[in-house]
Amino acid sequence: MARMKFICDAERCIECNGCVTACKNEHEVPWGVNRRRVVTLNDGVPGEKSISVACMHCSDAPCMAVCPVNCFYKTDEGVVLHDKDVCIGCGYCSYACPFGAPQFPSQGTFGVRGKMDKCTFCAGGPEENGSQAEFEKYGRNRLAEGKLPACAEMCSTKALLAGDGDVVADILRNRVVQRGKGAEVWGWGTAYGSKKAGQPPETGAKS
Amino acid sequence: MMRPFIVIAALATLAACGEKPQALGLPKSDAPAFAGTGSSFTAPGWKAGDKTGWEQHLKVRQQNSQNDYSKMN
Repeated sequence: MARMKFICDAERCIECNGCVTACKNEHEVPWGVNRRRVVTLNDGVPGEKSISVACMHCSDAPCMAVCPVNCFYKTDEGVVLHDKDVCIGCGYCSYACPFGAPQFPSQGTFGVRGKMDKCTFCAGGPEENGSQAEFEKYGRNRLAEGKLPACAEMCSTKALLAGDGDVVADILRNRVVQRGKGAEVWGWGTAYGSKKAGQPPETGAKS
Repeated sequence: MMRPFIVIAALATLAACGEKPQALGLPKSDAPAFAGTGSSFTAPGWKAGDKTGWEQHLKVRQQNSQNDYSKMN
């Protein structure tokens, strides 16, 4: 099996935050910790784009490289996980991660940071698969239940794809080839009967 | 007569001079996902411990749930 990967199709994401809700509900993630969130670029401007972001389970993970206590490990499927019993909450991984994935609960006294928390690709942690200890520390282990991450399975427009990297690439490639480009991506011609509608005016044309 | 007592006392005293290992605790070994959870909430179509079956099941599930073009056409 290839590595487990996420990808978010910005042409499909409608910023509904269903993935965020699915994640928080599935893993009972506490207040202040968002393993996944939706980021919108050019918000409010025509053509705005949204993407759902979480830990990308990097092939060459910077968090693993900087962790002073070596609490990270990678599964055979390429999922980057960490051991909360080893984590000291120093926050180095937070500075190293380009996606802002590591989260820190801050309910401690004087704003002290707790153990790091992040997306597990719904693969739990080092505790026994499916145990209560694993759920309380890392959330549900859906992979061991033969399921895919809840965020992707919940996505209403199937913008967020998750699973075997080869299959993710296959689905996205097929999608890009079939859906066309420009206004056709979201079906303007199908809805209004003109493939020219929704396209920018030709240069020199009267408005 | 006193020699065994002295030896034991010396060993007990010197034991305090030893150094405990300070190596970082490495992450615990994690059971692979294909080993399953043993719970009844597992998706049907594969057997716990069967790696190939688990991989194939996930690929089929991924195509069925995420590739809407395969449903339409």
